[in-house]
Amino acid sequence: MPQERKKSYVINFIGVLIVFLLLLALFESNLLGSRTNYIKGICTTACYTIIMVASLNLLTGFMGEFSLGHAGFMSVGAYASAIATGFLDDSGLPVFVLFLLALAVGGIAAAVAGVAVGIPALRLRGDYLCIVTVAFAEIIRVAFCNFEITGGGRTLSGITSLSNFYWVFWAMVICVGLMYMFVRSRFGRVVTAIREDYIAASASGINVTFYKVLTFTVSAFFAGIAGAIYAHYMTALIPTNFDFMYSAEFLTEVIIGGTGSLTGSIIGAAFLSALPEVMRQFATYRMLMYSIVLVLVMIFKPGGIFGTWEFSLTRLLGRLTGRKRENKTVSGGAVHE
Amino acid sequence: MSSEKKKEVPVLQAKSLGIQFGGLRAVQDFNMEIAQSELVGLIGPNGAGKTTVFNMLTGVYQPTEGSFYLNGVKMNGKKTHQVVEAGIARTFQNIRLFKKLSVEENVKAAMNMHMTYSLASALFRGKQYWKQEEEVHEKALELLKVVRLEDKADVTAQNLPYGQQRRLEIARALATGMKLLLLDEPAAGMNPTETAELLEIINLIRDKFKIPVLLIEHDMSLVMKICQRIQVIDYGITIASGTPEEIANNPRVIEAYLGKDEEEAVC
Amino acid sequence: MALSLFLQSLVNGLNQGAIYALIALGYTMVYGIIRMINFAHGDFIMVGSYTLFYTVPLMVSAGMPAWMAVFIAIAVCVAVGVIVETVAYKPVRNAGSMSALITALAMSVFLENLAMVLFGASPKSVSAIFTLPTFQFLGATLQIKYLLTLGIGLAMMAGLQLFVRKTRLGKAMRAVPQDKEASVLVGINVNRIITITFAIGSGLAAVAALMYCSTYPRCTMDMGSMMGLKAFIAAVLGGIGIIPGAMLGGLLVGLIEIFVKVYIAPGWYEAITYGILIVVLLVKPAGILGKNVGEKV
Repeated sequence: MPQERKKSYVINFIGVLIVFLLLLALFESNLLGSRTNYIKGICTTACYTIIMVASLNLLTGFMGEFSLGHAGFMSVGAYASAIATGFLDDSGLPVFVLFLLALAVGGIAAAVAGVAVGIPALRLRGDYLCIVTVAFAEIIRVAFCNFEITGGGRTLSGITSLSNFYWVFWAMVICVGLMYMFVRSRFGRVVTAIREDYIAASASGINVTFYKVLTFTVSAFFAGIAGAIYAHYMTALIPTNFDFMYSAEFLTEVIIGGTGSLTGSIIGAAFLSALPEVMRQFATYRMLMYSIVLVLVMIFKPGGIFGTWEFSLTRLLGRLTGRKRENKTVSGGAVHE
Repeated sequence: MSSEKKKEVPVLQAKSLGIQFGGLRAVQDFNMEIAQSELVGLIGPNGAGKTTVFNMLTGVYQPTEGSFYLNGVKMNGKKTHQVVEAGIARTFQNIRLFKKLSVEENVKAAMNMHMTYSLASALFRGKQYWKQEEEVHEKALELLKVVRLEDKADVTAQNLPYGQQRRLEIARALATGMKLLLLDEPAAGMNPTETAELLEIINLIRDKFKIPVLLIEHDMSLVMKICQRIQVIDYGITIASGTPEEIANNPRVIEAYLGKDEEEAVC
Repeated sequence: MALSLFLQSLVNGLNQGAIYALIALGYTMVYGIIRMINFAHGDFIMVGSYTLFYTVPLMVSAGMPAWMAVFIAIAVCVAVGVIVETVAYKPVRNAGSMSALITALAMSVFLENLAMVLFGASPKSVSAIFTLPTFQFLGATLQIKYLLTLGIGLAMMAGLQLFVRKTRLGKAMRAVPQDKEASVLVGINVNRIITITFAIGSGLAAVAALMYCSTYPRCTMDMGSMMGLKAFIAAVLGGIGIIPGAMLGGLLVGLIEIFVKVYIAPGWYEAITYGILIVVLLVKPAGILGKNVGEKV
């Protein structure tokens, strides 16, 4: 079985590589002409949104706790990484190293915040936990409005522009890949067990609190990376950007894509971050439409569009080539390993 | 597995265990000793406090009086998962499975505490990951064989028929590698064929795993058939304990089950 | 000087708190009955405020007291609340709390953007509703309308509490969250109860809008979401689902905000409010007046 699964990892990687090469060709060939940079920008936005939504899905879809403060973790990552690269600006480090450093700092800073939010998970669940995440995100926002180092309520500008699309693309692929590995390991298994029944989980020897805090931390870590990408793409930060509505947006994307489906998160995030751009001329009606679609999805497909279904290239290839293999191994651990 | 020289120490020892909810004393002065490989029944009318005893023994409720020991180690004050780690596993009266996980995943989840591979090993698919996942996979299938669900490994737990769900819960409890198994009404809602099958499984568990089992059951005839000793509680108080024959002829037990006269209103 | 500042802060805090409390009552009513965070509740206040903006001048020109406009606002809010409930919330009621939460968020976005389409993005200022005198008391300015806000808040709380405790309908309301199926079995029309709950909650929002507009005579499309969030925090702080808890939580949040603003650190008042909420929830997970109910195993 490990052989089969390792093989499926390789096949999926080749698939991603092909997508990357296609995008590379599209942008470098100048097919889009003057719109190249604009489209690239949308793609970059899509990439960090994907990381955000997928990391929130770890909490919401797999652990079953909804967070309405995910933008808070993102802002921690954004500010921490921006401050770090601000110090290292003149250090003469190669920009790629600087980029990696920014991601690491952003991720770690947000992970620390994740532990702080995760600790209340000791005692709270459901709606109450959700409120605590809102409260934390607001506290973080207010703090950034007041600290001198984060701009003291004004825009923190002049951040080095490091997030070019090609790097961001691979950062996204690696992040989503790692999250997938997390979900399909003992950690993911335990976390879903907690979601299903936390009393039975603890009666099965699972330290519910520990795994909840761990998941919060992991989720926050990736949100911090997304924040770092955001900061070095926008090159300016305002605390009010990371408000309640931004968090709510991520949550809706998780739910529309499908709770418990990373595929859903990817497609949902990519689609929804491109949508506003496509519908720019109808800006006034855009949010109206958006909310109506949201309600319709909730009414007709409460589990989200993809439910818990995961796309698998190996399975698709298996089906295309008509090879008869047992679904379980072909799926590369899609539903149950 | 267990050291034979410590034979005099009972696997489970409860000393005047009791719990109070507000003003209500749900269970009081509960004493019990279970030796290696014993099968003990805990019976009593509805609301007598049987499940409360289980909840105390598994750290779901903290007893307000008395204490209990597993192989001589005090268990009071431990959280549920710590009690399970120490070796007390249980099933639930109202089935509590991980409904949307597959049968195999349900069992594997309970083996988590024996898995040691690190987060890094999981994320980067290290050697330990592959090795332990493979081991766990095999062990899970083995346990599913014990409860005769080996061909259902990939079925989502909630799609199993009722009787099989109960058996899966037993497999999940076994997966913790326990030293004492608590079964809370395992035969509830089963038809006679399923019950007969369950009896076989319980006997098999005792023989194969050599562990004692404490069983809550409503159905007197079933308990009489398999238990070596029976303890009866009513209104939280132990009213009798002894061999099945002794219990069957005990007037207080008959009274508790059938009532003395009309004025004994049942809540 | 110090005393007058203290008194002034107390008065302002109570006024602010009474407005939060009025909104929090609406959250608590709905949460208490159907265990759903109605994120659109804050936007019902926005609806009420816009109604007041348009109807207060009408009332004045018709020679009636301006505050009578609140009745129209109540009617509009109740209508909006009931429509939102029937069209959006009812279909997802059995789909789990996650769907309900998202639907509520979506309705909040919908109402705000509908307001923008209908009324434009620029803020509207509501003409004065009350012309009540102000007093000087130990150097603090005491506005009678502040007392009125507090009084209305307390009256609403008492009225709701009596309604829920004493009337048949109120008892049915308390029965529904305990056990929906059993409520149906004893002849309670659960759907009707929930609709009535929403109607009451939305009506409260209109009253809150009146008191809000008399203090801050400005309405914007997003006024509801910020107010709503804070009022919701207040409801959770006091113990959501518990009517006196909403009042207590609202007043506390109002007082904390004003006192932190005046005495401690003006920039940090929101953070401190939220911090206190977190601490309270850690100590009392169901809020100050909430009862902790463990799950039955």
